[in-house]
Amino acid sequence: MVLSFARLLRISLEAQGFRVILTRQSNENPSFDDRSKVVNAQRGAIFIALHVSSIGPAQTVRVYSLPNQNNPATSPRPGMIDWDHAQKGFLDSSSRLAGLIQVEMAQRFRNSPETPLTAVVRQLRTVAAPAVAIEVSNVSLPDRGPLDQMGPLLADGVARGVAAFRLAYDTGGM
Amino acid sequence: MPRALKFTILILIVMVAGGLIMLTGLRKAIQGMSGPSRTDEQARREVMQVPISTPTDVNVKAQMYWLSAKSPIALDATTIELPLSADPVERSKQLLNALIEKAPAPERRTLPLDVTLLALYIRPDGTAIADFSDALATGTPSGILSEQRVVDSLTQTLGANVPAIHQLKILIHGQEAETLAGHLDLSGVFPVSSSLAEGVPVPQAPAASATTSVVGSNPTKPTGPPPASPTPATTPASTPAKQSPH
Repeated sequence: MVLSFARLLRISLEAQGFRVILTRQSNENPSFDDRSKVVNAQRGAIFIALHVSSIGPAQTVRVYSLPNQNNPATSPRPGMIDWDHAQKGFLDSSSRLAGLIQVEMAQRFRNSPETPLTAVVRQLRTVAAPAVAIEVSNVSLPDRGPLDQMGPLLADGVARGVAAFRLAYDTGGM
Repeated sequence: MPRALKFTILILIVMVAGGLIMLTGLRKAIQGMSGPSRTDEQARREVMQVPISTPTDVNVKAQMYWLSAKSPIALDATTIELPLSADPVERSKQLLNALIEKAPAPERRTLPLDVTLLALYIRPDGTAIADFSDALATGTPSGILSEQRVVDSLTQTLGANVPAIHQLKILIHGQEAETLAGHLDLSGVFPVSSSLAEGVPVPQAPAASATTSVVGSNPTKPTGPPPASPTPATTPASTPAKQSPH
C-alpha cells in the first residue's frame, strides 16, 4: 500500500521536474539510519516519509514535522552536524514544508486537519534536510477501495506542496 | 448361552462404558485447552499488580486522559475518584496503573490492557522515568497518531495530578527503545504540562513549572541557508505491522 502511494508520488514529483529517490523499492525494511544516509548524501534534498495508519478518520491525511524542542544536541565540531540531531537545523523549513503539504491535503481530503502537526517521529530526527512524515488513515477498514482511490489525489497534492516549497525558496520567500 | 460368550459380552460392556467415561473427560480437556490461556504478561500482572496503598493515601478526584467517547482520535479528561498517595512516585504509579486498568470502556483505552508498569522513578529535576513491559510496544497499534495518543495520555494524566513531574522518559522492559511501536522516538523525554485540576489536593513535592507541549506549530522562516534545488527523497515506510497484508 505505502509503496504504491510512493510510486504514484514519484510520478507526480517527476512531472514537476524533481529527481526522486525511493529509500526502498520492495518489502525490505532499511533501518532509520540507512534511510537517513540516503537523503543526507544528497544536496538540496527534501525528505518525505509515507505511512499508512491503522487508526484515525477514514480518508484523512496528517502531515508531521519535528517539534521545536530544546534538544541537548551540540555539534561535535564547528561546521559538522550531530547525526543524532541532524534535523535540528531544519526544523523551521520542515515546518514550512509540512504546512504547504497539509493545506493541499485539507483541500483534497475532507476532515483532514488544515494545519500541520508536530510529533517526535524517529525517522525525521537524523535527516539533515527539510523533512516531513505523511500519515494516511487508515488500513483497518474492511473496504480498501476508498484507500486505494486516495493514491492519485495524495500524490498530486504532495507534489503541489513540494513545488510551492521550491517556489518559496526560489523567490526568497523563506 | 455359553458361559464364555456371557463373559465376553460382559467384558465388552465394561469396555464400552469405560470408553464413554474417557470420552467425556477427553472432551472436557479439549474444551479447557481451547479456552483463553493466560499469557506471560497476564500472569506477571496478577503477581505484580498488588494495589499500591500508602499511609498518606487520600481519596481524590483524579483527572484521567482516555480516548474521547465522541472522537476516537482525541483525548478527554475524565474525573474518577482514586486513593492517591502524597508521595509523587507512589502517586504516579497509582495513576498509571489506573490509566491501564480503569478505562470507562474498552474503546476508550489508550494503553494495552496487558501492559504492566514495571517501575517508576522521579529524578530531582522532575523527570519521571516510567518502565513498562514489552506489551506497551507490542500492543500499541503502529502509527504516529496511535503512538502519540499513548504518550499524550500518559503525560496529560501525570501533568493533571502530579505537579512534581515536568517531563517523562519511557523505557520498555528496562531499556531505552528506539521507538514506541515503529514511529515515535523514545530516545528523548516528553514534556509534561502541569495542569493541576481544581480540587485535587497537591501532595508535598517541589513546585512545578509549567512546560508547554508543542502541538501544531506555525510555519516560520528557516534560520539556515535554503537548499538550492530540493530533491525529494520519499521513503515508503512500513505499514502497520499488526494489520492484514495489503
